[in-house]
Amino acid sequence: MTDFPIVETTNVQNTIASLKEKFPDAVKDDGRQGYSGIVVDKNKLVEVAIAIRDELGYDYLSSATAVDYLGIADEMEMVYHAYRTSGGPALVFKAQTPRDKPEIPSLVEVWPGADFQEREAYDLYGIQFPGHPNLKRILLWDGFDGHPMRKDWHEAYYEEDQKPFESRWPDGWVRRAEELNVYGKNVHYPADLDLATLTDTSEETLYNDLGLGVSVQQLDGDDSLKTDRLVVNMGPHHPSTHGVFRMILTLDGETIESLEPVMGYLHRNHEKIGERNSWNMNMPFTDRLDYISSMSNNHGYALAVEHLMSLGAKYLAPTYRAECIRVLMVELTRIVNHYWAIGFLLNDLGAFFTPALYAIAEREKILDFFEATAGSRMMCNFMRFGGVYKDIPERIRGVANLVNDMVRDFNTMDYLTELINERIPRSIDELDNFLTESEILKTRTIGVGYLPPETAIAYSAAGPLLRASGVPYDVRRAEPYSIYPELDFDVAVRYNGDIYDRYLIRLDEMRESVRILKQILPRLERTKGEGVFGDKKYMPRIPVGESYGRVENPKGELGYYVVSAGDEKGPQNPWRYHVRAPSFINLTPLGAMCVGHKVADIVAILGSIDIVLGETDR
Amino acid sequence: MYGQGIAKGLWVTLSHFIATFTDDIRYAGRKYMRQDNFQVRQGLRSQGAFTVQYPDEKLAVPERFRFVPFLVTEDQDPARVGEDWCTSCGICAKVCPPQCIWIVRGSDPNTGRPVPEPTAFFIDIDICMNCGFCAEFCPFDAIKMDHDYELASYDRTSHHIHDKQKLSKPQSYWRAIAPTTALEEAKDRGGWEHTDIIKAMKKAGKTAEAPTADNGKPVAPTAAASAPTTSAAPAAAVAEKPASPAPAAPTVKADAAPAGGAGGKVKFDKQAMLAKIREKKAQKNQ
Repeated sequence: MTDFPIVETTNVQNTIASLKEKFPDAVKDDGRQGYSGIVVDKNKLVEVAIAIRDELGYDYLSSATAVDYLGIADEMEMVYHAYRTSGGPALVFKAQTPRDKPEIPSLVEVWPGADFQEREAYDLYGIQFPGHPNLKRILLWDGFDGHPMRKDWHEAYYEEDQKPFESRWPDGWVRRAEELNVYGKNVHYPADLDLATLTDTSEETLYNDLGLGVSVQQLDGDDSLKTDRLVVNMGPHHPSTHGVFRMILTLDGETIESLEPVMGYLHRNHEKIGERNSWNMNMPFTDRLDYISSMSNNHGYALAVEHLMSLGAKYLAPTYRAECIRVLMVELTRIVNHYWAIGFLLNDLGAFFTPALYAIAEREKILDFFEATAGSRMMCNFMRFGGVYKDIPERIRGVANLVNDMVRDFNTMDYLTELINERIPRSIDELDNFLTESEILKTRTIGVGYLPPETAIAYSAAGPLLRASGVPYDVRRAEPYSIYPELDFDVAVRYNGDIYDRYLIRLDEMRESVRILKQILPRLERTKGEGVFGDKKYMPRIPVGESYGRVENPKGELGYYVVSAGDEKGPQNPWRYHVRAPSFINLTPLGAMCVGHKVADIVAILGSIDIVLGETDR
Repeated sequence: MYGQGIAKGLWVTLSHFIATFTDDIRYAGRKYMRQDNFQVRQGLRSQGAFTVQYPDEKLAVPERFRFVPFLVTEDQDPARVGEDWCTSCGICAKVCPPQCIWIVRGSDPNTGRPVPEPTAFFIDIDICMNCGFCAEFCPFDAIKMDHDYELASYDRTSHHIHDKQKLSKPQSYWRAIAPTTALEEAKDRGGWEHTDIIKAMKKAGKTAEAPTADNGKPVAPTAAASAPTTSAAPAAAVAEKPASPAPAAPTVKADAAPAGGAGGKVKFDKQAMLAKIREKKAQKNQ
């Protein structure tokens, strides 16, 4: 075919008009200041959602999250962002429910990818989802008192609703929070909870029989090989889970019958912290989500808030140089992340630490540059609203300060040029040589953990996981941001949907990133001397409204849903700050991918998704 | 042929193994002794493993490296040596994401009106997330991110709340650890002096001396700072680093109790200590 089919990226207004025509009673515009999209009557939500998916083609549910409008409208709201996998802007639709008895029909039947996100909304907001197959807490434990994201819920060391706290200045005599509120006495349990009898029903089979963490049941098969049914608890402290992550496996012999992921061991309620914080303060906190790729976490948050700022009167958009530096950082981060992902995938496959260390060593060279530019190797905190922290330094050079300090001194642009043109491509080729042809790797990975494209889309999988299944969906192309439209690169795609393809696609993406970086270098030379950060405010006030900023993070689509509400002048704290974490949502299809494989394959399948628990658990 | 891929992979492993030791041969045992070799070893052309033998060797951190902040004190103006640059405006405490900064604003004992200096200043380093916002948004360049990352201690309750005494370091220290950044900031201010002093000078009709890398040196440089040195450039930078403004006074062990007295004269003796250790090392090597 010579002509590419022209994808009809009709503007969202037409879509909404056709929806309103079809459901005149159930759909109305969201008329609040700074808001977009539609509000759907919750009783018709499922019907409307099916129409959105099947008739309008919004097959990909990116984000589903709740907002508590206590004091503003006395209701809770579910906000959905649906996209077409052929590209284009979001269709935002919302459903509202009264605060005292929040209940919204589940959309798991329409988009299975809503599964974990609805469970999260139930866990943190207490919204009931009739029709959800497995509605229980996902991030918190069962004995947790209340739903912490509700605006009237206070944490153990609660001080004030919003930072900055009064106690810090001008009369800031220091004290420790735990001195006022002794550990052990700061925990509340629900009134009706009997701790002695608290059992997790998911674990019943686990602990009933032998007390060994294993329950055994003889299976009577016709086969000559007799097998047992076992329930095995894998994790949370299992080295292959990349952190504290647990899977409950039901096995028939060695074959997986079902897998249930359990998470939340690293949960710190990032979003509640985010709502206490002022807008600026969230920037360093985003570093701690996916701590391998903090630069691109910054980018997504900056985009979300910049969109809100652009609604206001005074807003200085990032300069061209600032955009170039952002893309430079983000693409280097992608390479860093994929080095890490490939290294640890091989670790999971049993190639213990040799490939991982080769990859990590290469990553080190990029981190040196991050450290010289942003001040930190991993917690970069580099981007600001309307620019970046600082320009690239003239030289990458330390100053001897401690005893035994050894000093290096490089010209930054020379360093970058050599890094991008020689060191990184060479090391990618080396990894390729080292691993791709290896028969052991191929035997372990080809055909394992297959995820068909339709399922991948339905489960809201994102990033390399989605693209390795043959869906060429990349936010950088589907809904371009920053200077990506003018850059020449291809969306890497592989079609087999197994672990091997997920490994290969990461190599492809690294090569594409190098291609982008090579185009960035001359742009950096050209824009030398341009400012990178115009409007430096320590407590910016952000115009009222909502915004969803998403970027193609190395692990998948990272989205920030932020709401600025309350204060007319523009509040200095976000009303809602939600993170659509790719590591979290990419785990939704984990069970489906694992069924039918052997126990040893789980480790590899999980490794091929590439999760970071800091982001999964938030 | 089956197994070819594995053989290819093993070849990569072998070449990595060999590359790690080629440097040893190339530098004939001098690999760990000379600064310039270190540069090559840690640069983009390094091959094989390029580990750093911590704590015998440490990578000098770049200028923008940020760790737990410190407070800048005056050491140029002989009349004001040891005084804080901080005016206790509270912006750092307000912008701090984990809210680890606590400031007691100074006030005039007679009138009770606020005066621009902190009575006490605390940073809980257990809570500090090293984001650098305090330094970035301070309008007076009075709080800066330190490079000293070796802060581990055995007792967190008594050592991890830094008070003003522990936090204060002279401006020359900041110039020593971040020469180009400090110069940029001074140019923005219009002189090496504190913003308020430059303003006062302008009012009086004087202009501050334009800052360069060489002027605005602290008063009373000690002997260690002017001692000639023959070592390589980075080492020279260290030796030239202006030492403490006055002979080092014994530092009082900091405790969590509020440090009384506004503008207490704080003596920073770290450079003297470093010079001493280097001297010892040099003697040992001879």
